[in-house]
Amino acid sequence: MAPSVEASRPPSAAPSAVSVVGLSKGFRLPHQQYSTLKERILHPFRSSTYDELRAVQDITLEIPPGEFFGIVGRNGSGKSTLLKCLAGIYRADRGSIAINGRLSPFIELGVGFNSDLTARDNVIINAIMLGLTRRQARARFDDVLAFAELEEFVDLKLKNYSSGMTVRLAFAVAIQVDADILLIDEVLAVGDVSFQQKCYEQFHRMQREGKTIVFVTHDMSAVERFCDRVALLERGEMVELGEPRDVTRAYNELNFGRLAHDAGDAAFRSTGTFISEGWFEDAGGERVAALGQGEAMRACFEVLVREPLEDPVLAVTLRNEAGQTMVVGRSDRHGEESGSFAAGERLVVSFEFANWLAPSRYTLSPSIAREGTGADTVAVAEDIASVVVHGFATGGVLDPPQRFEVRRG
Amino acid sequence: MSASTPGTRDASPAAEPEPLPGAGRRRRRPREGARTRPRPLRPHGPSAFGSDLRRFWALTLTLARTEFKLRFFGSVLGYLWSLMRPLMLFGVLYFVFVVIARVGTFPYFGVYLLASIVLFTYFAEVTGASVTCLVAREAMLRKVRFPRMVIPLAVSLTALFNLGMNLIAVLVFALLSGVRPRWSWVEMPVLVVGLVIFATGIGMLLSALYVRYRDVQPIWEVISQALFYASPVLYAIDTARSQKVAGMNAEHLLMNNPLAVVFTQMRYAVLPPFPRAQSAAQAIGGWPHLAVPLGIVAGVFAFGLWFFNREAPRIAENL
Repeated sequence: MAPSVEASRPPSAAPSAVSVVGLSKGFRLPHQQYSTLKERILHPFRSSTYDELRAVQDITLEIPPGEFFGIVGRNGSGKSTLLKCLAGIYRADRGSIAINGRLSPFIELGVGFNSDLTARDNVIINAIMLGLTRRQARARFDDVLAFAELEEFVDLKLKNYSSGMTVRLAFAVAIQVDADILLIDEVLAVGDVSFQQKCYEQFHRMQREGKTIVFVTHDMSAVERFCDRVALLERGEMVELGEPRDVTRAYNELNFGRLAHDAGDAAFRSTGTFISEGWFEDAGGERVAALGQGEAMRACFEVLVREPLEDPVLAVTLRNEAGQTMVVGRSDRHGEESGSFAAGERLVVSFEFANWLAPSRYTLSPSIAREGTGADTVAVAEDIASVVVHGFATGGVLDPPQRFEVRRG
Repeated sequence: MSASTPGTRDASPAAEPEPLPGAGRRRRRPREGARTRPRPLRPHGPSAFGSDLRRFWALTLTLARTEFKLRFFGSVLGYLWSLMRPLMLFGVLYFVFVVIARVGTFPYFGVYLLASIVLFTYFAEVTGASVTCLVAREAMLRKVRFPRMVIPLAVSLTALFNLGMNLIAVLVFALLSGVRPRWSWVEMPVLVVGLVIFATGIGMLLSALYVRYRDVQPIWEVISQALFYASPVLYAIDTARSQKVAGMNAEHLLMNNPLAVVFTQMRYAVLPPFPRAQSAAQAIGGWPHLAVPLGIVAGVFAFGLWFFNREAPRIAENL
C-alpha cells in the first residue's frame, strides 16, 4: 500500500477534486438471513453471526481537478463499491472522502429512472436530484434529448424504451447537468458503435473543459486511450496506481496469468501423442500473459510423442474473443519438412509472428497432424493458452504498421 | 482561494455550451461560492435531509407532483377513480348504517361519515404507501445520492394533494346537505395539519422498518384495519359514552387515539351545534387529558424522524 500512497500525491498544490483517505467499506453477510420480525423475536441471539465482506480496504487516493482517472479490477474487486462510496450512496465505515465540486454519478448503467414515467418526467426529476433547479432542468431538457437522440420519444414511458435507449438517456442526463466531477461505471459496455463514438467525443470534450472524470471499466483499450492515471483494485485493495500502460499490463497478468500454465492438465489423460502445454513468449523468450502491440509474439507448445511421426504438420491457431480465427501458423507453409520423431520424444514447437493484432485477448490452439494435408489430426488442444494484446484500439481486427501523410494538392 | 487554479474548475461556468437565459446569472453566484470552499471532512454519504433545503423541497415537490400526475393520467377517468373509492365506501356504509341498521344517527351523520372516511383514507393511503415506498424506488436509491427523506415525504404530499381534492367534494356535499359555514371552520386546516404530522411520522417509521423487516407490510395492514374500527368513522364518539371497558370510560379510552380527536373535533367545528356534539377536550374528559393523544402524535413523529434519520445512510445497501 505504501508506495501507491506516495504515488497518489497530486503534483500541484491545487485542492483535489476527489480526496480519499483510508477508506474502508464492509458489508455484513449474515449466515442466516433474518428478515422477518418473527424470526428475530424467536431467535434474538442467533442473528449475531455474520461474515464481514471487506469490499474496499484502506484506500487512499487524490484525484486532482481535470484528471481522467481510471479504476480497473476483476469482478468483485471493489470497484463499484468504491464508486458508490464516492457518489455518496454508501457511507464509508472508516476513512474520509472529500469531494470538491458538484458530482454526477452514472452507476450500474443508470441514474435511477422510474419506468412508469415518461422520458420528460424522468429527466427533470434526475436533473433535480443531481443538483439543478427546476428551471435549469427544464432549460437543459432539450440538450439532453438531443444528445440521446430520443426527441421523438419524449412522452413515451420508459418501460417502452429499449435498454439501449434507456442507457443513452441516462448517460445524456449524467453528462448534461454540468457537474464538475463525473463518475462513470461501465458505460461503454452497451450502446451501439455510434453511441460509443459519441461517448468518446464527450469524454474528450469534458477533458478539454477540465472536468474530473472517474471511470470504471473492463475495457483496457479505453483505459489506455483516455486515462491519465489508473488504479487497479484486487480484493478491495489498491494494488497498483500509475500509468495506464503499466496498470493494464498488471490487470491482464492478474486476469490471465494463471491460464497459461494450468490449461494443459486435461491433455495428460490421453495415452497417444498429446500436446502437454501451450504458452506465449515475448521476443526474449519470457512466458507472458500480455503483450504490447508491435512486439514480437511467439506461440509455443510442447508435444509428447508416443508414436513414430514422419514429417508431421505442426500448427497453431490464434482466435480472438469473438472466436474468429485470426492467425494460423503451419510448419508446411513454405514447404519445409518438420522432421521425423520417435516415440518418447518431447518437442517444443514455437511460431514467431510480428504482432499486428488489434488489442484483445487471443487464445492458442496448437495441433499436430500426420504428413499430408494436415487434415489427419494426431492431437489438438483447443484454447490451451491465452494472451492479451494491449495498445491503441482502432476498431479494426488488424493494426499493421502504418505510415500517414497529408499532402496539399 | 482556488483562484490559483483558473484553468480547471473555475473554467467550467465559462465553458458552458449554452448559458441558460435568465437562470444563469442567478445561479452562478451561490455555486461559485460553494465550489471554491473545500468541504469540511464530514461523513460523505447519504443522509435523511442533505445539506441543501431548497433542493430537498424541489425534489419532494417534483416527486409528489409526478406521482400525482401518474395516478391521474394513468387511467382514463383519473381523478374520478381516486374520488370514487371514498365515495363508494361512503355509499355502502351510509346505506348499511343509516338506511338499514339505523344506528349512529345524529343530524348530518352523512356529512360526518363522508368527512371521516376521506380523512381516514388519507391516513391509510400515506401509511400504506409509505411501507413499500423505499423498496419500490430501489433503482433511484442505489444510483443517486439525494436526501432519503424526500421519498416518504413525497408519498405524504401526494396523498395530501388527493386529500385536498376530496375535501372539496366533502365541502360541496356538506353545503348541499344544508350545513352553513361557521367561523369555527378555521379549525379545519389545523386539524388536517395534525393528521398530516401523525400520518407522516408513522410513514417515516414504516418505510425505514420495511427495508429491514419485510413482514411490516401485513402487520401494518392488520393494524390499519383495527384503527379503522377503533376510530369513530362509522360511529360518533358519543356512542361509547356510557360504556365501560375494563372499568374505564370507553369514550375517554377511545379518545386517546389521535384520529378520534381529529374526527371528533372536526364534527364539533364543522357541523351546526347540537346537544350531543362535544369538542375533543370534552369527550376525552377535560383539556389536560388531550396531552395523551397530542403526546402520541408528537412522540410518533419524533420517533419516526429519529429512526429514519438513523437508518438513512444505510438504506441503499440494506435494500
